[in-house]
Amino acid sequence: MSALLSPRLLRSLLPPLSLAALLIAIFWLQPRTMSYFGLNLLLNLAVPIALATIAQMFILCVNELDLSLGGFVSLVACVTATWVHDTPLLGFAALVGLIAVYAALGALIHLRNLPSIVVTLGMSFVWLGLAVLVLPTPGGKAPEYIRSLMTLKPFFVPMPIIASVLIAGLVHLFLMRSALGTVLRGAGGNAKSLERAGWSILRIKMTMFALAGFFGVLSGMALVGLTTSADANIALRYTLLSIAGVILGGGEFVGGRVSPIGAVIGAVTLALAGSFLSFLRLNPDWQIGAQGAILIIVLALRVLISRTEAKA
Amino acid sequence: MSAESDLIVRLDGVAKSFGAVHALDGVSLDLRAGECLGLVGHNGAGKSTLMNVLSGNLLPDTGAIVIAGQDVTAGYSPQTAMQRGVRCVYQELSLCPNLTVAENARISHPAIAGFGWRRAARALIGAKLDEVFPGHGISTNDVVGDLSIARRQMVEIARAFAVTDTPARVVILDEPTSSLDAVVAEKLLKHVRRYVEGGGTCVLISHLLGEVLETSDRIAVMRDGGVVALDAARSFTRNSLVAAMGSVAETQTAAAADGAVIRDGAPVTLRATPSAPETLTLTAHKGEVVGLAGLSGQGQTELLVRVFEHAPGTDVSGNVSLVAGDRQSDGVFPLWSIAENVSIGSLRQFLDGFLLNHDKAFEFSNRWKDKIGIRTPDMADPILSLSGGNQQKALFARALGAPAEIIVMDDPMRGVDVGTKQEVYAMIREEAQKGRTFLWYTTEMDELRNCDHVYVFREGAIVADLTRAEMTEERVLHASFRADA
Repeated sequence: MSALLSPRLLRSLLPPLSLAALLIAIFWLQPRTMSYFGLNLLLNLAVPIALATIAQMFILCVNELDLSLGGFVSLVACVTATWVHDTPLLGFAALVGLIAVYAALGALIHLRNLPSIVVTLGMSFVWLGLAVLVLPTPGGKAPEYIRSLMTLKPFFVPMPIIASVLIAGLVHLFLMRSALGTVLRGAGGNAKSLERAGWSILRIKMTMFALAGFFGVLSGMALVGLTTSADANIALRYTLLSIAGVILGGGEFVGGRVSPIGAVIGAVTLALAGSFLSFLRLNPDWQIGAQGAILIIVLALRVLISRTEAKA
Repeated sequence: MSAESDLIVRLDGVAKSFGAVHALDGVSLDLRAGECLGLVGHNGAGKSTLMNVLSGNLLPDTGAIVIAGQDVTAGYSPQTAMQRGVRCVYQELSLCPNLTVAENARISHPAIAGFGWRRAARALIGAKLDEVFPGHGISTNDVVGDLSIARRQMVEIARAFAVTDTPARVVILDEPTSSLDAVVAEKLLKHVRRYVEGGGTCVLISHLLGEVLETSDRIAVMRDGGVVALDAARSFTRNSLVAAMGSVAETQTAAAADGAVIRDGAPVTLRATPSAPETLTLTAHKGEVVGLAGLSGQGQTELLVRVFEHAPGTDVSGNVSLVAGDRQSDGVFPLWSIAENVSIGSLRQFLDGFLLNHDKAFEFSNRWKDKIGIRTPDMADPILSLSGGNQQKALFARALGAPAEIIVMDDPMRGVDVGTKQEVYAMIREEAQKGRTFLWYTTEMDELRNCDHVYVFREGAIVADLTRAEMTEERVLHASFRADA
């Protein structure tokens, strides 16, 4: 009986429950959002945020932090809106190259034992500078196929919901259920143990960073698909949004405790929080603060649940 | 038995230095199929270093490692060790706390992969746990971080004995029983015998000489990076082992003056009642050393923590400081120096106005270095440069140096060598005579003999209250187990 509502279960239910509470509040404030069209509009921008959050999650899973993700997604958006549109071969080669750079960053951080915060903070300026070089003034054009994929109107269920479920499900299968994913997560829990079992931490870190780069690329492409054009500052706020999304979804900064499903839910929650505050007719000046307040409330609830868990 | 064909591993003149310290000084050792080799020695004698060389985690500076007749020294790594069937259970646990029991099995058994790997991993580790520790009560879906230390140790041991595509030819157990209670330890040692009789090879490193003498076929004694004695187990006795290790043979501490005198004359400094129903109340008087006995994990640590926190249900007069048992997680600040680790307990003493006087703090820690005998050239060295026993001494210095009337100790001697133990016992006695009160949770019977009064715990309650005179091993054991079990 007590097992039905154990603190562990409560804690894993917290992200979906917060999302549900937010959705109900939005539906109540603005009933017209409770439609195919409304949901589509509401959740559209959640897809690139969810992808960026998944990217950040891979980094957090090996006890690192990526402060360059926003700049990286911006750069990808600029590359997609220019090179991928004009000269696809060069464009895709550039994107693959960017993923390789991410893997190399993972190797650098591991081999030189550098703090990832410092390295990625430095890289954020590099990405931003490159983005400005690629696209000095806002503009460019999204490739047609990305545009049509992102604005697809499937029957009955809106595209963003399908995309979110798909992303969460696939990454969950890979990271949480597969044998390889288990090893990758283990590196966050106890790297020494993995080394002793004969796994290469260097390769694991490079894999995780490359995966982060890959999902960062997907995020940038999805973003351009929605906005149709890009600019160098388009996704700078994704850095903090992605970190907040992982944490909101039940992940932790250290120890390899992450959840892909939670991360996607966290990202959607954060995206919806903005709309919710607009529906409240809150002065935009206050919105960022209010978003922070929502974050603090959810995290405080989690700490509360963890405390009862420790007591039990 | 000594036929060449039985030879599994030959270590030939293995030497390893860390800077100026010669951790291993040309060690040669043979391991044969179907034997259990006991390995004993002081902390810092080189046992763990030797086993780290054998398991591929450290490359020797000179010397050769020969496994099954093949020289594997060049490029020897944990992978090669695993492929050759050398497994190791490390002293500090090496499981991933964020993964489940089954997932941890997958980490050290790369052969478990592909579709249905979860079922395979669960079956593998579950069957081994059932075999080694019947009645273990661990689910293969439990997240390791949620398990007690004893259960994690059980999982780690079962994982080392489990076999997939590579055989488990040599299993190294480094202090495997240090966090297990007597019953579970007995199950493990029985399994070691079964495994050895089935042709396996086991290296058992332990400070509990009784279990080494009982379980091993041969015993090697190490001192200062070399093997100083190696013979059949039956030709050793407890005293001859201790003598070979080079430390003073254990003698009964006569200093445990009769407790009644203290009890009668001294004021009560603390009273605490466990939260379990039907329990006795623990009372400690000024200047007393009170032992908390029983099997491991029966509520002793919880009571210590409640005393430390002055929680409701306890009546504590005076400041309390704590000596942690789990060095890794509750004890040391791994990034700090030894001096900082020692002085953190009493920072108020070093205040100049509202700023910290680092010279005073350093001087304080140096005083404790001499007093408690921390073996290091410089207290400014990082704490992790010390061996386990010396780290524990630093933790003692932290607690004893703090201005506390009551010291609570959570099984602080886990994996500490005999010589260090004797030094610490003497220090505890000395401090008690100065009027400090000690609460001492210990899983070792020998340590209880240093206490004035002993309370035995079972299932969260205090079930026996023994004075020094009444305390015998038999009575403590009797109280530790339910009459009907």
